[in-house]
Amino acid sequence: MAIVFEKTKGLTDADLHYCPGCTHGIIHRIVAESLVELDILEKSVIICPVGCSVMAYDYFTCDAIEAPHGRAPAVATGVKRALPDNFVFTYQGDGDLAAIGTAETVHAATRGENITVIFVNNTIYGMTGGQMAPTSLPGQVTQTTPYGRNPKEAGYPVKVCEMLSTLDGVAFAQRVSVDTPKNINEAKKAIKKAFKAQLDKKGFSIIEVLSTCPTNWGMTPIDALERLRTEMMPYYPLGVYKDRTEEGVF
Amino acid sequence: MAEKFLMKGNEALGEAAIRSGCKHFFGYPITPQTELSAYMAKQMPKINGTFLQAESEIAAANMVLGAASAGVRAMTSSSSPGISLKSEAVSYIAGSDLPCLIVNVMRGGPGLGGIQPSQADYWQATKALGHGDYQLLVYAPASVQEMVDLVGKAFDTADKYRMPAMILADGMLGQMMEPVAFPDKIEPEDLPKKEWATTGTKGEREHNIVNSLYLKPEILEKMVVERFKRYETVKQNEVMVEEYLTEDADIITVAYGASARVTRSAVNMAREKGIKVGMIRPITLWPFPEKTISATADKVNKMLVVEMSMGQMVEDVKLAVNGKCDVEFYGRTGGIIPKPREVFEQIELLAK
Repeated sequence: MAIVFEKTKGLTDADLHYCPGCTHGIIHRIVAESLVELDILEKSVIICPVGCSVMAYDYFTCDAIEAPHGRAPAVATGVKRALPDNFVFTYQGDGDLAAIGTAETVHAATRGENITVIFVNNTIYGMTGGQMAPTSLPGQVTQTTPYGRNPKEAGYPVKVCEMLSTLDGVAFAQRVSVDTPKNINEAKKAIKKAFKAQLDKKGFSIIEVLSTCPTNWGMTPIDALERLRTEMMPYYPLGVYKDRTEEGVF
Repeated sequence: MAEKFLMKGNEALGEAAIRSGCKHFFGYPITPQTELSAYMAKQMPKINGTFLQAESEIAAANMVLGAASAGVRAMTSSSSPGISLKSEAVSYIAGSDLPCLIVNVMRGGPGLGGIQPSQADYWQATKALGHGDYQLLVYAPASVQEMVDLVGKAFDTADKYRMPAMILADGMLGQMMEPVAFPDKIEPEDLPKKEWATTGTKGEREHNIVNSLYLKPEILEKMVVERFKRYETVKQNEVMVEEYLTEDADIITVAYGASARVTRSAVNMAREKGIKVGMIRPITLWPFPEKTISATADKVNKMLVVEMSMGQMVEDVKLAVNGKCDVEFYGRTGGIIPKPREVFEQIELLAK
């Protein structure tokens, strides 16, 4: 019988530990497929964060490093400087990237470090059980904002793509979503474009993926996708925030 | 005879690292080690290497983690407050079995402390540079030439045992100039291959993973116990210590680094007065020369530990001595270097 569909060679056969309805699985798949389709899997090094995707090193078939919390862009910098011809990307959540790792993110970006960041924004700390993230929306109820995030007390959310798009070292920044098949296809296209930017040595690239956390949001997977559309997208509009993939940043 | 150069300790560290095959340096400015960064900034472009001034000590140490994972000889340097910031990454580096070199040119503490020489980071370096059960190799040079010699030794030993190494110097050694000779340059390509490095699978092997996370306690315990077995081998094979005039001594001083230079002068002064005193100078602070100290404690009545701190190494000396002789301490701290006469007076008191 002819094979009409195969699991990507970019992922191992390990069982994913993600909760039912979580979109990490989809994002893993489109990232892995992109590595295979661009034929860069065998020269790739993934830098994993601390957070729900901490064990991504078990799921991707490329070489992998598990970084301290928030430091993945610095670790990626070290790898890329040592191995400039390898493909180096980080996979980070919102707490990792936009709270404890803000300095590492901003400075890798402004240096125009030739790496790619896959940033999964689900507006919550998932692994530790649902605390406020730097991207939690105003009013969002979490374990550490039990009365809803009050910006007067807890500050405003960080808009990562908007912030990074002001930096000269950023070659490509796009926010995507994985809530529908159409958006998943768009997200994959964006990821490949970001990867291509690195391969062409154009500078720092980042794809922010709006994602869900049904478990810690206390919602069914379907309701979670609806929240992504009705609450997250208005605050975090999809789109390309920076594109210097033609001319490069230097 | 090898050509001699008159160099500052900090710059000599940099040149020695380059000659040891290190082409990747990640730094952050802090007094009194900044000359090392400046030297690397000047030299690395000439050898097609990496000098990167990071956004923080934290980032610099994590860049070392990345470069070390990629299999190259990588280093970072700082002074006391900056080392505290690097400690997070060092714990991960140790937990991931990565070799690298960290230089601490110590200054007075705690807090922002001061910028004058100190040895108050002994505990930090040998006991607790970060969280968790681990050790790092700690080398304590006492001259600019020894700074050079120990850099190569530290890289080699770190690679051999897959663990981080530290050069624990101080502001005096970093800033002073002495004539030095350098070993021949090693090309990175000539170093042994690191099969575990994350260099891309090239489709030839399973993926390599550099990681310190083990959620199952049985597995984490096994990893740590295996690492400690390796540490036992290090303790057997890698101790470095100098004994100075110890043969006939009744009193033994114990000092390292800058303190050992001062103490050596004090020992010479005491010898001129007919006092039979010698010195044990630990060159590796971890592994600590406990056997030498223990064997010496069988033969003498008194030991005097001299440090530029409130007394940190003295605890390891007492453990090694294990009650077999008296152990006294003399120290200055906050950035004060004791004068030979001060130490001599302490020796004289013990000789009475």
